[in-house]
Amino acid sequence: MSGFKSTERYIASRDLEVAVNAAVALQRPLLVKGEPGTGKTVLAHEVAAALGHPLVEWHVKSTTKAQQGLYEYDAVSRLRDSQLGDPKVADIANYIVRGKLWDAFEADRPQVVLIDEIDKADIEFPNDLLLELDRMQFFVYETRQTIAAKHRPVVIITSNNEKELPDAFLRRCFFHYIRFPDRPTMERIVEAHYPGLQRDLAREALTVFFQVRDVPGLRKKPATSELLDWLKLLMIEDLPAEALRSQDAKLVIPPLHGALLKNEQDVHLFERLAFLNRRGG
Amino acid sequence: MFAQFVFALRDAGVPASVTEYLTLLGAMRAGVADYSVEDFYYLSRSALVKDERHLDRFDRVFGQVFRGLEAPAEGEDGGTAPRALPEEWLRRMAEKHLTPEERAQVEALGGFDTLMETLRQRLAEQQGRHQGGSKWIGTAGTSPFGAYGYNPEGVRIGQDTSRHRRAAKVWDKREFRDLDDGVELGTRNIKLALRRLRRFAREGAATELDMPGTIRATAQNAGSLDLKMVPERHNAVKVLLFLDVGGSMDDHVRASEELFSAARSEFKHLAFYYFHNCPYERVWQHNARRRDATIPTEQVIRTYGPDYRAIFVGDATMSPYEIASPGGSVEHWNDEPGAAWMARLLGHWRRSAWLNPVPRAEWGFTQSVGMVRHLMEDRMYPLTPGGLDEMTRELSR
Repeated sequence: MSGFKSTERYIASRDLEVAVNAAVALQRPLLVKGEPGTGKTVLAHEVAAALGHPLVEWHVKSTTKAQQGLYEYDAVSRLRDSQLGDPKVADIANYIVRGKLWDAFEADRPQVVLIDEIDKADIEFPNDLLLELDRMQFFVYETRQTIAAKHRPVVIITSNNEKELPDAFLRRCFFHYIRFPDRPTMERIVEAHYPGLQRDLAREALTVFFQVRDVPGLRKKPATSELLDWLKLLMIEDLPAEALRSQDAKLVIPPLHGALLKNEQDVHLFERLAFLNRRGG
Repeated sequence: MFAQFVFALRDAGVPASVTEYLTLLGAMRAGVADYSVEDFYYLSRSALVKDERHLDRFDRVFGQVFRGLEAPAEGEDGGTAPRALPEEWLRRMAEKHLTPEERAQVEALGGFDTLMETLRQRLAEQQGRHQGGSKWIGTAGTSPFGAYGYNPEGVRIGQDTSRHRRAAKVWDKREFRDLDDGVELGTRNIKLALRRLRRFAREGAATELDMPGTIRATAQNAGSLDLKMVPERHNAVKVLLFLDVGGSMDDHVRASEELFSAARSEFKHLAFYYFHNCPYERVWQHNARRRDATIPTEQVIRTYGPDYRAIFVGDATMSPYEIASPGGSVEHWNDEPGAAWMARLLGHWRRSAWLNPVPRAEWGFTQSVGMVRHLMEDRMYPLTPGGLDEMTRELSR
């Protein structure tokens, strides 16, 4: 069957393709987990592009409530309007504010819905969306109407694993864990993003990158997105490949390390390692 | 159709349910896997496993169910103890893994059938597991039979991945081994466990509409609107950490550090103090200045009310005198025994627990661990995700 495949810009492994296609075929949500920076959010964009559906993005924050994705009843405006004698106050429907899921359900063509970082929200958030994601419909109490999806949207949910998700929720999803790419895959990813990159620079940069990832005790290992940022910086600075070569990551802090190392403890760790190695060597 | 597989998964501790099984069958019918074994593996993994910690178990069960291999044994190189050997499988394995030259060498030993025959005989003679050596079937030897060996005409038995070339099957690679339960305690796991301790309360800036308050105020205002707001609910649990430093705790610095950094990002009200082996009359906040900047424990008790939850982190490994008798401390002269100070602390903070980085199985080997456990009324938990879970459950009562 046709469906989602690796594109020029997004390199998907075969298992990811199967997971996406299964979720699309069975119209179940797909839950995607993985290290930060391995392309979970981008996946939704690529799926939308591959299927030719518009993308509805719902970014979840710690204060987001499940209800906000469906609709909100703006009681304060209605109260204020009633004081001012506004005629539209008689119809409660004027004060129902639609949420992202409502928009996706009512659309005339299938949509891809991204629920980004679901683990950021309160622990009850996934539970509150169980029925809505299962049946793809919900009930608006204020106007006594049921909103059902005209076309079941493809739902992609990402999680950074900061919270356990409830079992009942997991049971309704397909699950995929994006593993950190190995070196050949990483080369394809780099090629997809920076087609013009000098081959030797890419090779040296990847070597340094994987060495950095291998340093024990790093608090935040750099991931794909950090690598891509770093490469961009290297290209802007026009650093020659020689600047990276022969630089064992254990000996020297890589140039422009700010893109790779994201907290001062890690930078300190590198400085200490470099110091020890120079003294030892 | 694959019910056996689902049962095997459940036996191995992967919580697959009927819903997920039906989903898998539905996807099969929808033609997602399309007759390719590898796709079927990916599909079933995506449908039946919902947590990356279970991926490794899934791989093992998958290999076992769809190959008729022996059950994986405990330990690192699981599955090296042969039980039943389907000849069909052995033959296939051998054919797959031998190069033409090697097969010629097998012929030198009397051909494949003879090899199999010898193998069966030796299997019958041999009782139990065997490693090394040059005759018996086991691991890492030079006998033709067994795993991880170097005899070119060897037959591989129960070796998960080939050491010399790419494994034939994806699930045999077991790439998710790292993600299995309790392997490593990252800060994320700790945060997750600590988050159970959350207690919600309304505090801080008023950002939410207070319906009952607004109605009351509006009515009192003779009908003209008077909006009232309330603060949003958020985590208001208060935690006090006591960390053991130095001495035998040096081995556990990493785990304590992780716990500490996780706790710092999870709790708004967190205070921490250091002690050595057992808390006495003084504790300190900066380990570098422990000689000159100590704080009387009495003052800590006065500062933090009983609504704090006290968590002690330490291996509780010390001389029994350090707990039981005056002057037992290794660092200074203490007028009162450690036990008296522990009792004082625990009397003030009723909700308290002791986290021990030493595995639970080893607690029995040290007398002082038992003594501290007794003082803590058994509220001692190992410093693992599971132990933290138990602790938070106890502390949030």
